[in-house]
This record gives sequence, structure tokens and C-alpha cells, in this order.
Amino acid sequence: MGVTTTPTGGHRGTLVSSISPNWLTTRLDFLVNWARSNSMWPMPFGTACCAIEFMATAAARYDISRFGMERLGFSPRQADVLLCAGRLPFKLAPVIRRIYDQMPQPKWVISMGACASSGGIFDNYAMVQGIDTVVPVDVYVPGCPPRPEGLLYGILLLQKKIRGETLADDSIRVEQSLDERGLRLAPDRIDELSEPFGNSLHQTRSA
Amino acid sequence: MNPSAEALQRQFGSAIRRVRESCGDTIVTIDPARNREILRWLKDTPEQAYDYLVDITAVEYRDGELPLEVVYELFSLRRKVPLRLKASLSKDQPLEIASVVSLWAGANWLEREVFDMFGITFTDHPDLRRILMWETYAEGYPLRKDFPLRGRFSRSEQVRQALNANPEAHYSMEELSIAEAYYELPADLRERLARGERGHVAEPEGER
Repeated sequence: MGVTTTPTGGHRGTLVSSISPNWLTTRLDFLVNWARSNSMWPMPFGTACCAIEFMATAAARYDISRFGMERLGFSPRQADVLLCAGRLPFKLAPVIRRIYDQMPQPKWVISMGACASSGGIFDNYAMVQGIDTVVPVDVYVPGCPPRPEGLLYGILLLQKKIRGETLADDSIRVEQSLDERGLRLAPDRIDELSEPFGNSLHQTRSA
Repeated sequence: MNPSAEALQRQFGSAIRRVRESCGDTIVTIDPARNREILRWLKDTPEQAYDYLVDITAVEYRDGELPLEVVYELFSLRRKVPLRLKASLSKDQPLEIASVVSLWAGANWLEREVFDMFGITFTDHPDLRRILMWETYAEGYPLRKDFPLRGRFSRSEQVRQALNANPEAHYSMEELSIAEAYYELPADLRERLARGERGHVAEPEGER
């Protein structure tokens, strides 16, 4: 299914001429998701080297404007995608949470790079072990840092995810506030997500 | 060997505990009780003229018996000579040393960083608060050897405290009042800052 246009001047009459001009039929879900997925405005939250790769992605060679993301909104009020590029220290956790809360629905979150997704090599006292303990995440992009191709692939995955959404299920657009403890997830879930893995199992002086 | 070391020994005698050279740098260990006096002399004496305080930092050694050291990196911009001073603080006594903010204004944030990371108190410091960690941080001093790498609290407790922190409370009243933007802050925020609010974190439940 595609969106068709009708030629007005009569030239290049490649479209079905038996259909009268100026109307089309489609599913509303398709139309809304098509519009949403092709005009995602990112709110870059760049804290480390991933932000450099993000800048490369936004620049001419990789050019995320091809995917409708050329307008980088540095205001959360006019953004659709929170793009956390880099490690998130505990000191910035309330900041990214406030930015997320300030973004209007519909909104999505991309966690770019190993540190944003899992804490990466920074399994220490200062670093959030995965931003999903603070805000919900739609797409995780692995890499340290990911190449622009990797980020673009993540963006395409997010577009695919958006195209699978339906307006009939409005639960996915319900605002997920912090609970009365001020947490997004249950404490044992956070502890589980933050457990050491890989090389950090072998760190000395760890508690 | 930097000739300032000998000059220091002549001037201060037993307050100069040790002089040695390492990798071309002269390291002078001084009596911590007289640090400000010695640094003032190094700064104000024309033949010395160590007018630039490059850094203040601290060291804790893995051997728990050894004292902590406060390290002053000095440089004379006029004579192009560096000098390193160390003051040992025994762990049996309160970790205190005189602030040198009255000599170099730039020592303000350097001493705050040492306080934040090592818990060394600088007496007479005008604004001794944490500078890297947030003010409600309750886990201790991260660069001390007895500090666990992942912090003292569980990850969920760390996330809870972080999310309950007030991100606007990282600035002191003084910092905000000298900023022009202070008068553009919302009235309630100005009022809260005037009360000295630094954010509130409830006591941890069942934590170590």
C-alpha cells in the first residue's frame, strides 16, 4: 500500500484515471505511523564520545535528515525521540528523567552505545548501569561508540517499531511516571539489571 | 635538585621533613601544620616567586599504615621553575590542613575537589562543599582506599537517591546571586535557594 498522488495537469498519466482526484483510502494507523516515523525530531542528550558519532551521523555524509530527523530539538517540548548518546552519571539521572517527563507524547528513547545501555566499562560508584533504570528505552544501539551506520540502523529499527504501533492500543502512550519511591522499576529489578557482567566480574576492589 | 629546597631548609629548619628528587622533580615534604606559612613564603619571596598554584591533590597509599598526602604543585611563571610540596596527614588524627585560598583564589575549587574525593577538611576555606558529587551524596569519599569501587549502597538505592535529588540544588546561593540569571529565576526557586535548600533525600530503607 502506498500514498498516491493524482496528476493535476494531465501530463504523465501513469495513475489510475478511473479514480476521482483528491481522495484516497488507507488505514488510519498506517497514515499516522507513516507520518510519525518519518518526522521524528530527536532531542540529543550527548554526554560522551557517542555524541561525536551522533554529530557525524547528523552531518552531511550520513545525514539523518534522510530519515526525517534533521531538526535537532534542543527543547524537550518539541522533541519526539530522546537520544541518549553517552554515559549517564547518577548526577545526571534526575536531569534526563526531567527531560523525558517534559517531552510530550508520543515519545521514544534510543539508548546509544554500551555505556548508556549497560554502564559499559564504567561499572563504578558514579555511573548509572543502563539508562533503562531511569527512563524506558525503545532501541538499544550497541557499540563503543557505535558507528553512524549502527545508529542509523537503530533509527530504522525504531521506525519499524513505530510502524507496528496501533492507535487502538492507547496504553503504549500512557505517561509512565515514577512511583512513590521515586523509582521507575522495582528495586530488585534495578539491582538485577545493574549486576556486573563480562570483564567487570574480574575487577578488584569491587563490592 | 631545585635550589628552593635548600632555601626552604634554611628558612624553616625542622618544618621541612624530607627533600628528594624523582624523575627530575624536586619533592619537598613539609610539616602540615605550617603549610600556609611555607606556601606564603614561597609565593611572596622574590627569589622564589612561585606565583602559580598548578594543582592541589591528595594521595592515599595502598599500605593502610601510611599517611595521606596532600600535594601542592607550584610553578614560578617568572623563573619557569616547578616545585612539588607534600604534607602528610596521619590517619590517627582528623584529616585537617589549612586552606590556601587566601594565597591563591584558584585553590578554592581544587581544595573542594580534594575534600569531595578524600574527605580532607581545609580549615578557613570560604565554601567547603562537595564539587563533583552532589551535596546529598551519603556514601563517603570515593577515592579513599576503603571505598568500594561500586559505592556503598545497592544500585537500586543509588538510583533512588539520584532520582530524588534536586538537580537545581547543585549551586550555592553565592554562585547564583553573582550570576545575572539569578533574578530571572522563578520566585519560588529563588525563595527555596535563599532558604539554603539542597534537596532532600529520605533515609535509606534497610541499607548498609
